[in-house]
Amino acid sequence: MVAEIGHYALVLALVLALVQATFPVIGARFNDRVLMGLAEPIALAQFAFVALSFAALTMLYVTSDFSVANVFENSHSAKPLIYKISGVWGNHEGSMLLWVLILSLFGALVAVFGRNLPPSLRANVLGVQSWIAAAFQLFILATSNPFARLAQAPFEGRDLNPVLQDIGLAIHPPLLYLGYVGFSISFSFAVAALIEGRIDAAWARWVRPWTLAAWMFLTLGIAMGSYWAYYELGWGGWWFWDPVENASLMPWIAGTALLHSAVVMEKRNALKVWTILLAILTFSLSLLGTFLVRSGVLTSVHTFATDPTRGIFILAILIFFIGGSLALYAWRAPMLKQGGLFAPISREGALVFNNLFLTTACATVFVGTLYPLALEALTGDKISVGPPFFNATFGPLFLPLMIAMPFGPLLAWKRGDLYAATQRLMLAFGVALVAMAVTFAIEWGGPVLAPFLIGVAFFAMMGSLIDLSERVQLFRLPFAVSLRRAVGLPRSAIGTAVAHFGLGVCLLGIACEANYGAERILSMKSGQSVSVRGYDLTFDNLAARPGPNYRELIAKFTVRSGGTVIGVLEPSKRTFQARSSSTTEAALLTRGFSQIYLSLGDVAADGSVAVRLYHKPMVLLIWLGAVVMVFGGALSLSDRRLRIGAPRAAKKQSLQPAE
Amino acid sequence: MRALRFLAAIFVLLQATPSFAVQPDEILPDATLEQRARNLSRELRCMVCQNQSIDDSDAPLARDLRLLVRERLKAGDSDKQVLDFLTARYGDFVLLNPPLNRRTALLWGLPTALLVFGGFILLMAVRRRPAPSSMTDSLAQAAPLTPEEEARIADLLEKDPRTKI
Repeated sequence: MVAEIGHYALVLALVLALVQATFPVIGARFNDRVLMGLAEPIALAQFAFVALSFAALTMLYVTSDFSVANVFENSHSAKPLIYKISGVWGNHEGSMLLWVLILSLFGALVAVFGRNLPPSLRANVLGVQSWIAAAFQLFILATSNPFARLAQAPFEGRDLNPVLQDIGLAIHPPLLYLGYVGFSISFSFAVAALIEGRIDAAWARWVRPWTLAAWMFLTLGIAMGSYWAYYELGWGGWWFWDPVENASLMPWIAGTALLHSAVVMEKRNALKVWTILLAILTFSLSLLGTFLVRSGVLTSVHTFATDPTRGIFILAILIFFIGGSLALYAWRAPMLKQGGLFAPISREGALVFNNLFLTTACATVFVGTLYPLALEALTGDKISVGPPFFNATFGPLFLPLMIAMPFGPLLAWKRGDLYAATQRLMLAFGVALVAMAVTFAIEWGGPVLAPFLIGVAFFAMMGSLIDLSERVQLFRLPFAVSLRRAVGLPRSAIGTAVAHFGLGVCLLGIACEANYGAERILSMKSGQSVSVRGYDLTFDNLAARPGPNYRELIAKFTVRSGGTVIGVLEPSKRTFQARSSSTTEAALLTRGFSQIYLSLGDVAADGSVAVRLYHKPMVLLIWLGAVVMVFGGALSLSDRRLRIGAPRAAKKQSLQPAE
Repeated sequence: MRALRFLAAIFVLLQATPSFAVQPDEILPDATLEQRARNLSRELRCMVCQNQSIDDSDAPLARDLRLLVRERLKAGDSDKQVLDFLTARYGDFVLLNPPLNRRTALLWGLPTALLVFGGFILLMAVRRRPAPSSMTDSLAQAAPLTPEEEARIADLLEKDPRTKI
């Protein structure tokens, strides 16, 4: 019964989506307020029905109803409750339902928070949003129904893939989807603006908070996924340039570029046509990511060909939305008026530089990810494009960006003074040079590039601090005055500095981890010791322990530093009976921002275990940097001017008497 | 009894566990040779895995390739000879770092080409614009301020507490 309710709710949601996709748009065309007014209640109702459908699937998972094929294939009655719930989106059908749920959630949010939008723009935005929703709801119903029943209900389920039975699955996909799908709002705004043929600075002001929110979720989602891979996969890597990762990185880079170009558009009414294009591209890359991950095309072009229904369907959605929006763009964009001139050396110029490099970096990841697929499809030749390619191309594109980053906020709008900005950054140069020299001295004979990277990281971090201190005239005015100015500083300015600082933190972590890590791979018997970077680890014993739906073999290690015990590490191997597969659970010991990482390999018959031991210096800064970036985004989002959107009417009134 | 259960658990785990990326018994006694082997392993693809180097993969094939790389190095091959040997056997697919040739020219050339192309377009856009000296806001160009408006600005600036430091 629950499954049927869920299925039916999704069908109703599709019908509502189709209504929302047509009538408000027609209403906007003919300026019919009644038709335009339909959009808001229907968007809310659509969300309610998708939520009901999602709740039904969750209910089926929680009650372990194995008469539903999807639950049978991906769940197990002995699984802990949290993994039963997160298992809802740990499979193709459920994750598509989550995708649609978040899509309709954003639609409902626009309906609720977009009351200050011009009615026709709001109707068009909600209409476009609903085209996407309808397409994906149809996709689920036609090819990936999560509610299909089995003729005979089995007694027990097949369980979820053990690697996914982790708290990471509960958090990572929802965050990532909030980011991916959140960019649909920017897309809908862009397409609505093209339909209306009108776009101005106010448009950028409405779009920016949505883009910023989506960007924050995507940043968190990527960082979370990276940390999950780091501790779960057992060899301590945190980024693999895997196509699935690239699929989430591309919208992130494009979204970052969009955030920056939208600033130019809002403040200076320039770069309009480009901003619209970026909004379209960002969501197109999100769609592409969904296609890459969901169609199976990544494993091989051939798996895609053997079961083509889903792949072809998403490909059709992809072509319709990307092709359609780009065609609309090509047709309407020339009508949009350009405004706001600026000199090459200016805040706008710096943001254009940012956009040039980010777009190129994004295109590089795009080509690197899709080139092998295209080459195999066209010529049959198989090549691999792996981490060495991306490191060699992406790095050189990102470094100039990081070096230029502190200059941007110090340049004035319209026409900046590069010399003055350089003078202000002298302190940052100094700190960067000292950091480089110190790293060189400590790690004499180590990698040559690493001290340079660390210098750039310090330059970026110091640069954003200087930006803030310049704004409050620190040390130039009395401290109390500076403090007062700091309180009055717009939060978006603080947010910029914080986010830029976070990127520096992130680079510092990457540079240290990649170049100064230490690794030991060896076989140990109980009582033996091994040391890494001044830490001594002793293998105490091996013990078995039963878990809820697995058996666990735990090795206990005592960690000593200079003779004193500083912690115990208990890496383990888990064997899941239902799928007769196993996972390794690494053990981590955090010291400051660095970590000791220990994971288990094979256990020999004589009781000795293969061990992988790493010292990862400053590794936590990689993810902490991302968190700082998100915090910067949150500060910017809390800026009153962004929340309120357009300038308020009251302000205008107070200006009236002067006329 | 406990010991028996423990042994049984180990037995179960031994059977189910796939072997694990680089294993202790693979490591060469010569540290520099081992380091070269590791560096090479990171550039070689495990062909039965989705997107892993043989250094990261725990597939049996990856282990065979790691041992093969070490054997070649012990026999005195240079890094390039090892890569050439594997490419001759498995084709370019085994290389994670695609070699630059006719088929990959677009792949390697695109980042630079895009950057140059984008830069060129921007340069053209700057050239087409009026010289910075005459540059003012487009709005201001359309209508210069009247004396009343100037007075109003001065008045507003005076009233605003933020402009008085």
